[in-house]
Amino acid sequence: MIKVKDLHKSFSGEEILKGLNTSFHAGKTNLIIGQSGAGKTVFLKCLLGLFEPTSGSIEYNKVAYASLNNKQKRDLRKEMGMVFQGSALFDSMNVAENVMFPLIMFTKQSKAAMKKRVDEVLERVDLIGVDHKSPAEISGGMQKRVAIARAIVNKPKYLFCDEPNSGLDPKTAILIDNLIQEITREYNITTVINTHDMNSVLEIGENIVFLKDGHLEWQGNKDEIYQSENDALTNFVYSSELFQKVRKAQLQGL
Amino acid sequence: MSYLHDIGEYFMMLKNVFKRMTKGSVLRTLIFKEIDDLIINSMGIVAFISFFLGAVVTIQTALNLGNPLIPKSLIAFTARQSIILEFSPTFISIIMAGKVGSYITSSIGTMRVTEQIDALEVMGINSVNYLVFPKMVAMLLYPFVICISMFLGIVGAYIAGVLGGYVASDLFIQGLQVDFIPYHLTYAFIKTFFFAFILATVPSYHGYYMRGGALEVGQASTTSFVWTSVILIITNYVLTQLLLS
Repeated sequence: MIKVKDLHKSFSGEEILKGLNTSFHAGKTNLIIGQSGAGKTVFLKCLLGLFEPTSGSIEYNKVAYASLNNKQKRDLRKEMGMVFQGSALFDSMNVAENVMFPLIMFTKQSKAAMKKRVDEVLERVDLIGVDHKSPAEISGGMQKRVAIARAIVNKPKYLFCDEPNSGLDPKTAILIDNLIQEITREYNITTVINTHDMNSVLEIGENIVFLKDGHLEWQGNKDEIYQSENDALTNFVYSSELFQKVRKAQLQGL
Repeated sequence: MSYLHDIGEYFMMLKNVFKRMTKGSVLRTLIFKEIDDLIINSMGIVAFISFFLGAVVTIQTALNLGNPLIPKSLIAFTARQSIILEFSPTFISIIMAGKVGSYITSSIGTMRVTEQIDALEVMGINSVNYLVFPKMVAMLLYPFVICISMFLGIVGAYIAGVLGGYVASDLFIQGLQVDFIPYHLTYAFIKTFFFAFILATVPSYHGYYMRGGALEVGQASTTSFVWTSVILIITNYVLTQLLLS
């Protein structure tokens, strides 16, 4: 579980995050949503430990990140998996090597044990027979799967995803969403997803954090979002005509 | 002010290269890969340029020695001195700034643009050490490249001089040995070590700290080549002043 207490983050005097208080739960898909410039990426980078908060604290399983020394922080990072917007697979490695990379870096397993684990996770993300291919030779959806496999290969406690659906067709996007949700439940990971995709919000949003101008504007789950009267939230989520119709149908119980 | 910022950032990067070393077995693999990419893959172009550079130096020297009182062996002497002191260490390094430097900047820059460096950082890996240190170690073999360049330059000079009818073979061999000062080789290899360090680190800096997209990767490669060349030439001047004057 990740608990955020009164989190502030400023750059050159400009306050981006203005006192966030929230928590992200283990075994659930936690979504951060909000318009561009709302502070989502900064928030995610604070959670990853890439940005140091100006004030406030972030607790990982009741341990404040700021109270850790550098080695403990690096050890905590090893418990985190990250799926980047563009997958961020290493071009110089093939699929299997990409997935094996965290195991090579942080474990002392034998080559055979690592290979076995890589095969397991590649099978888990439905990628069989592509382990020798380079990232450039596989589709965007497959690249996302490889990125997920790499993120979970070392059995992380926390999984962070930045726009995991960007650039994917709607069908593949739903497959990726469902895969992340299944893995989150299966491994009981605290998953935090930064997304713009309203399909994801309504599909897998078990705990949704809506940011507006650096504030926490609203928090709830996908069912509560239909009922919400928060104007900023409804304007954001139901900005398209299609989603307005979806909401109307939901409210009418259709 | 931005130059001061860049210089400071460059030295901060150098400091970070030696912090939190990457796992030994991984580093070993990376170093061998960099030796292949930076050293072995450069041998072809270095050999080609060196050979013809030596040949051209010989022809030009021969054509400018019209006075019959000047011994023909001076052609070989001039070619040897030019190749050992300047053409191989400096000229080849500027070529390498284009070949190896652009490769380093664009490969690291692409990793920056595609968030691969962020991926390393998120995993708790010191990305500067992971990316730059193996290049620095691989470039320790750069004097070997320059050694080959000197040899092929002189071979080129011999072939052009003798087959072109500018100087007899025995006179050329004799000229090669005239007034040979071994310290000149020491000077050349000291320069080469400095150049190797510059060739590994300046392009890495330009790639590592670049921002933007694909267009900026191209711009960073160009900037990297310009600055690497400028720094090589200034370093060449300073070292020549210190070591030869």
